[in-house]
Amino acid sequence: MNLFGPFWLSIQLALVTTLILVVIGTPIAWWLSRTTTRWKPAIQAVVALPIVLPPTVLGFYLLILLGPDGAIGSWWVRLTGDALTFSFTGLVIASCIYSLPFAVQPMQTAFEALPDRYLERAWTLGASKLDAFFSIAVPMSLQGVVSGVVLAFAHTLGEFGVVLMVGGNIPGETRVVSIAIYDHVETLNYAAAHRMSLLLLAFAFVVLAGMFVFNRRRGAR
Amino acid sequence: MIRLKHTAAKGDFRLDVDIEVPDTGITGVFGESGSGKTTLLRCIAGLEQGGGLPAHRRNVGYVFQQPTLFPHLSVRDNIEYGAKRARTRRMDSAKVVGILDIGGLLDRDPGSLSGGEAQRVAIAAALLRSPDLVLMDEPLAALDRDRRDRLLPYFDRLHDELPVPIIYVSHDIEEVSRLCDHLVLLDAGRVAANGDLFDVLARTNVPMLSGRNAGVVIWATPVDHEDGLTKFDFADGDIWAPGEFETGRNPLRLRIAASDVSITRERPAQSTILNILRATVEKICSVDDATALVRLSIGHQDLLARVTNRSVRCLELREGERVFAQVKSVTVKH
Repeated sequence: MNLFGPFWLSIQLALVTTLILVVIGTPIAWWLSRTTTRWKPAIQAVVALPIVLPPTVLGFYLLILLGPDGAIGSWWVRLTGDALTFSFTGLVIASCIYSLPFAVQPMQTAFEALPDRYLERAWTLGASKLDAFFSIAVPMSLQGVVSGVVLAFAHTLGEFGVVLMVGGNIPGETRVVSIAIYDHVETLNYAAAHRMSLLLLAFAFVVLAGMFVFNRRRGAR
Repeated sequence: MIRLKHTAAKGDFRLDVDIEVPDTGITGVFGESGSGKTTLLRCIAGLEQGGGLPAHRRNVGYVFQQPTLFPHLSVRDNIEYGAKRARTRRMDSAKVVGILDIGGLLDRDPGSLSGGEAQRVAIAAALLRSPDLVLMDEPLAALDRDRRDRLLPYFDRLHDELPVPIIYVSHDIEEVSRLCDHLVLLDAGRVAANGDLFDVLARTNVPMLSGRNAGVVIWATPVDHEDGLTKFDFADGDIWAPGEFETGRNPLRLRIAASDVSITRERPAQSTILNILRATVEKICSVDDATALVRLSIGHQDLLARVTNRSVRCLELREGERVFAQVKSVTVKH
C-alpha cells in the first residue's frame, strides 16, 4: 500500500487528465493548425506557457485561482460545497493546464503537415467536416496524436511542483508518487524512495519505448 | 443543360462565369495558368470560401491534379469511401472497377501504386459517390507523357459507357481536342468562348486560339492502308495520315494544326505534301502585324490555316475564293 498507493493515485490522475486533454486538446490543436487569425501567436504562447514557467509559478497562480476565494475556486465551493485546492479534482484541473502543451503541440505539428487536399477530397466524397476529421485527419496524423497522448500522460505522471503547490500531501487524495518520493527522501527513508523511483523510471521507460515502437512501425508502412 | 454561375475574387483576380454546358459527355475548360480554371472547379465543388452549400452536400465528384488517395486505407476502402457516404448508390461498383481496370489493385496499399494507377483509383472513388457531375482538374498533368497516353483510353471508355457528365480542366489543347465534346475557353476569369468543341476550334476570332493553339479537329473514318499510311474519309473529302489504323471502325478524331496548313492558288504539280485539298476561303482574320488565320471550308468541314499577312496580300486572297489547302501534318487523336 505504501508503495503502490501513491503510484496508483498518480496513474489515476494521469489517466483522467489525459482523457480530458484528448477531448479538449485535440480540437485546440486542430484549430491552431488551420486558423488564419492574427491572434494565433498569442494563443499559441498561452498554450505553451507551462513548458517555460517554473511549476511553482504556475502552481502559485493556480493555488490563488482555485482557492476558496479564487475566481474558479469560489464558484466551485458554491456549486459543490468543497474546496478545489488540496483535492483530487483540483489536481486534475491543474494537471490539465500544466500538461496541455505536451498534448497540443505534437498533435498540432502533425495536423499542420496534413495537406488540405486530403480533407477537400473527403468532403467532395460526401464526408462532413467532422466525419472527415475523424476518418481522415486523425488516422493520417495518428503518430502526432499518439505522441500527444503519451507525452501528456507521462508528463502528468511526473509532475511535482504544481502538485505540491495546489494539492499538498494528503494520502489517497493528493499524495502522488513524486510527492511520496520527496517525503521519503526528507525522512531519509532511502530504501522506500529507491523502490518508488525505480518503479516510476521503469514505467516511464516502457511507456515511451512503446510510443517509439508504435511510431516506427507506422513510419515503416 | 447544367448552369454554371460562379463569381469569386482573390486579390486582383476576379472570376465571373455564367454559362450553360451540356449535361452529357465531356466539357473541356481550357485556359492558360491563372485563367481561373481551378478556381471555377473549386467553386462548383463548394471548396471555395463563402460558396453557399458545403462540399459534402453537393453531389459532385472531384479528381485532383495530384492523385490524392488516403494512405491509411486500402485501395478498396479508398474506392468505397465515397460510395458509403452516397445518398443513392446509382453507380455499379463492378462496372466502374471494370472500366478503369483496377480489379487487381483492390487489396493493394495506395503507396505501392504508380501515378497512373493511383489516378484511376481516384477517378473510381469519385464515380462511386454516384455524382451528378464529375470535375477533373488536369488529372493527367502530374503524369509523364507515356503514362498519360496509356490513361487516355480510360477516359474514352468512361465517356462511352457511363452517363455522368464530366467537366475536364486542362491547359493542353491537344488533350482537350482528344477528349472533349464541348469546350469552354477561360481567359482572365471570363468566358471567352463556349460551344461545341469542333465549332469553337474552327473559330478565327478567338484570340486565345490564334497562336500555337490554333487548329481544328475533324471526325474521319479509316478506310484504306498504303505505304504505312492510313486513308481517312471525312464528310467531303479524304486525307492521309501516318500509321496503320484498323479500317471499318468508328470515326476517329484527327487534329490539324493551323500552322501545318498552307494555301496555294494552283494545285502544285510536284510536292512532297500528300494532302492537297480543294477548299474555299471562308474568312480571313488578321491576328497580329505579321500573321492571319484563314478559315477554309472543304464542303462542310472547316480547316484553319495560319499564314502571313504578306502572303494574303501577294496571293490577293479574298473571302469566297477557291484555293488549295496543303496539309503538312495530321495527328490521329484516338
